[in-house]
Amino acid sequence: MALSGIQIYKLLPQTNCKECGFPTCLAFAMKLAAKQVELSACPYVTEESKAQLAESAAPPIRLVSLKSNGYEVKAGNEVVLYRHEKTFYNRPGVFVKVQDDRAIDDIKAEVARADAFTANYVGIDLTIDGIAVESVSGDATKFADAIGAVRSASQKPLIMISLNSDVMSAGLRAVDGETPLIYGASVDNWEAMAELAKQHKAALAVIADSLEGLVDLTEKIKGKGVEDLVLHPASAGLSTALIMNTQIRRLALKKNFRPLGYPSMAFASKSADAAQAITKYSGFVVLDQFAPELAYPILVLRQNIYTDPQKPIQVQPGLYEINNPKTDDPVLVTTNFSITYFSVANEVEGSGLPAWLLVTDAEGMSVLTAWAAGKFDSERIAKAVKTFNVADKVTRHRLVLPGHVAVLSGELESELPDWEIRVGPREAVDIPKFMKQAL
Amino acid sequence: YMPIEIPIDKWPGSVRAITIGAMQSEGGTRERTVVVGGEKAMPYMHFESEMPHPPVIGMEIRDRRPDDWSPLLLETWKDVIDDPAKWAKAAEDTGVDLLVLYLSLTDREGNETTPEGAVSAVKSVLGASGLPLVVFGPGQAELDNNLLVAVAEATKGERLVLGICEDKNYRTIVATAMANGHLVSARTPMDVNLAKQLNILITDMGLPLERILMDPTTGALGYGIEYGFSVMERLRLAALQGDNMTQLPMIVTPGFEAWKTKESKVGEGVPASWGDWLRRAINWETLTAVALLESGADIVVLRHPDSVKQVRVAIDELMAVHQTV
Ligand code: B12
Ligand code: SF4
Repeated sequence: MALSGIQIYKLLPQTNCKECGFPTCLAFAMKLAAKQVELSACPYVTEESKAQLAESAAPPIRLVSLKSNGYEVKAGNEVVLYRHEKTFYNRPGVFVKVQDDRAIDDIKAEVARADAFTANYVGIDLTIDGIAVESVSGDATKFADAIGAVRSASQKPLIMISLNSDVMSAGLRAVDGETPLIYGASVDNWEAMAELAKQHKAALAVIADSLEGLVDLTEKIKGKGVEDLVLHPASAGLSTALIMNTQIRRLALKKNFRPLGYPSMAFASKSADAAQAITKYSGFVVLDQFAPELAYPILVLRQNIYTDPQKPIQVQPGLYEINNPKTDDPVLVTTNFSITYFSVANEVEGSGLPAWLLVTDAEGMSVLTAWAAGKFDSERIAKAVKTFNVADKVTRHRLVLPGHVAVLSGELESELPDWEIRVGPREAVDIPKFMKQAL
Repeated sequence: YMPIEIPIDKWPGSVRAITIGAMQSEGGTRERTVVVGGEKAMPYMHFESEMPHPPVIGMEIRDRRPDDWSPLLLETWKDVIDDPAKWAKAAEDTGVDLLVLYLSLTDREGNETTPEGAVSAVKSVLGASGLPLVVFGPGQAELDNNLLVAVAEATKGERLVLGICEDKNYRTIVATAMANGHLVSARTPMDVNLAKQLNILITDMGLPLERILMDPTTGALGYGIEYGFSVMERLRLAALQGDNMTQLPMIVTPGFEAWKTKESKVGEGVPASWGDWLRRAINWETLTAVALLESGADIVVLRHPDSVKQVRVAIDELMAVHQTV
């Protein structure tokens, strides 16, 4: 937990020597508490005080990042229990699992599919973050070979799964220089796993079926000098997982309880597991297998839940050209809420027909929301027509309104007397048909 | 082991427990009733308080074939889709806890739905299934009122849920619910204060809070679910903090929302990365529903039997108590 100015003052030399540039140690402490200066400006703080200040400045949930070949997946650093209190920051890493008892070519093919997966959602390319490789054979060579196969098909970060330290060691040697997550340390093998994590600078998953068990392990492992830990509350069923994840986050945030101040992880064998992991606090999610029809909605859910509630995702207002419109092509009007813009733009693009898309500044709201809030009315639309010089770009003055705001057409006709105002369909899916038949 | 002091949220308030449907002994004809609500803690925090009633699943059915539905749903229900009684029975057979009948704007011939038509659809559903029933009007104030008043009178004592009450149109529906022993569903557009206000207006008319469900509105996955998710968490927190006018069970319609999306509705000409159409659509509905259960939904209304199965498994797991107070 952050210290107050007074608490910091007690850790300073209290000699008021002014070398930090402030008249008193207290003044300096106040600036430190407000994070406006660096502690290094005072040459006289003791090592002990430094350590205490550093500890207090550490985030309540440690940031753990997995790295490989230019890729990075981060989890942790969260500050709230409910997203409306501020926002959730680090989108949980979504990993796809493969097992080492499969034929090498199968592994390669499956991983290549997962690696190549990309789905565009409101202009954002959604992808899988990494691959989890599980040793089910128990054979060190097989595990290393499977990891080699994965690496030939994907360069993304790895989660390596085996409770056997010899197997894990073979796996780690196959990807030296990376920062994978190794899974994991249980009450039986933690010393050997901690040793491996230290040697290879890997992050280490800690496995226990109770909070006490997790705390016991994280404390011991931290004592061995390994700090990048990920908690796996190993539980049967959704309710226990939810409760343990909630308790972990509460303890970390409300009590600054260091032994559980780490991101957590979950394994998802069904869609509900993934939905809970995303909405309720997991930092890494391992999917049992890759299927685009599940990966896509999971990644969309993650995108939605991790959107900053204070900032709806928006696009820049302006006049957009779709399929190289000419001066006699129609002008379609919409708002600058990303979901709205992309629903419409994708349909127009898919229709193959050229059109201008006039995106008004509706403060990032959907058509009906903006209309209800008075941010998408005839005045604003007319203003956008002027601001973006639409009349100069087209010779045929034809404007198409979203079907949901058909009521605006009368007013808009008076605002823009030399324009023909048309009402389009309500839903974007019907735009291509409308453009073909009615325009 | 080092003892851990787990922070416990102690809440002064709780959600009201509300019974939907009435059995014969209670003046209705239902074979079963359901109770929703009663929470004294945030969802599934069994270590803080017992959760007396599990969330329930409703199935959306229609009084006539809904032509604008996804072809996948039309295929699923094809044998029953033109007969609300058969549809009700088939829906019951999927294992849902209640039925949600939407009355349409027009009948098969394109004529505006009449009160007689609405009553006959409701009666045939009540005759075919013993489950508790929610009845929603087509969503146009005047017609909603005409149809729902007729339905309420013809089913006096059944403890149906009638909807949708909105700030612009609630008086007639509330009055008829009050006169005929029914409940209402109060919908507001994703806003804590609007939800409270509408509940105040409705109780001001004399309908007790024990007969109101609230529908905070939700968006589908990818289309605004995050707003619904957060407003439900805020409403539930307000209820637990003791705000009387938010202490109502929440009903949401993930089926309706999810099946509106292009991802569920369209199978051709979509990106290959969207994967198998049917499974994608089911996942869309299931993920939307489960996310809303996590944020406090008491009733989720679905459209596809496979989603019902998956959501049921999720509810059973969420209700399993392994660790108590
Ligand atoms: C999410 C949401 C919100 C979010 C805002 C999200 C945002 N950034 O816009 C929040 C919670 C903030 C919100 C607030 C409000 N909301 Co609101 N909200 C919704 C909700 C659930 C979904 C809206 C959405 O995102 N839709 C998805 C987008 C993609 O849809 P769209 O923009 O309409 O685009 C589609 C079509 O219009 C079409 N289209 C778009 N452009 C074009 C262009 C052309 C040419 C064509 C042909 C087609 C076309 O294509 C798209 C895809 O089909 C709807 C209800 C619902 N389930 O639909 C209510 C809804 C829009 N909200 C409503 C209201 C009343 C409000 C508030 C006024 C409530 C209040 N008093 O607080 C406020 C207003 C905002 C404010 N004052 O700050 C009402 C509007 C009622 C009405 N008919 O007037 C709705 C319909 C809910 C309801 N049934 O009452 N809301
Ligand atoms: S340099 Fe250090 S000791 Fe000197 S006044 Fe500043 S804080 Fe105090």
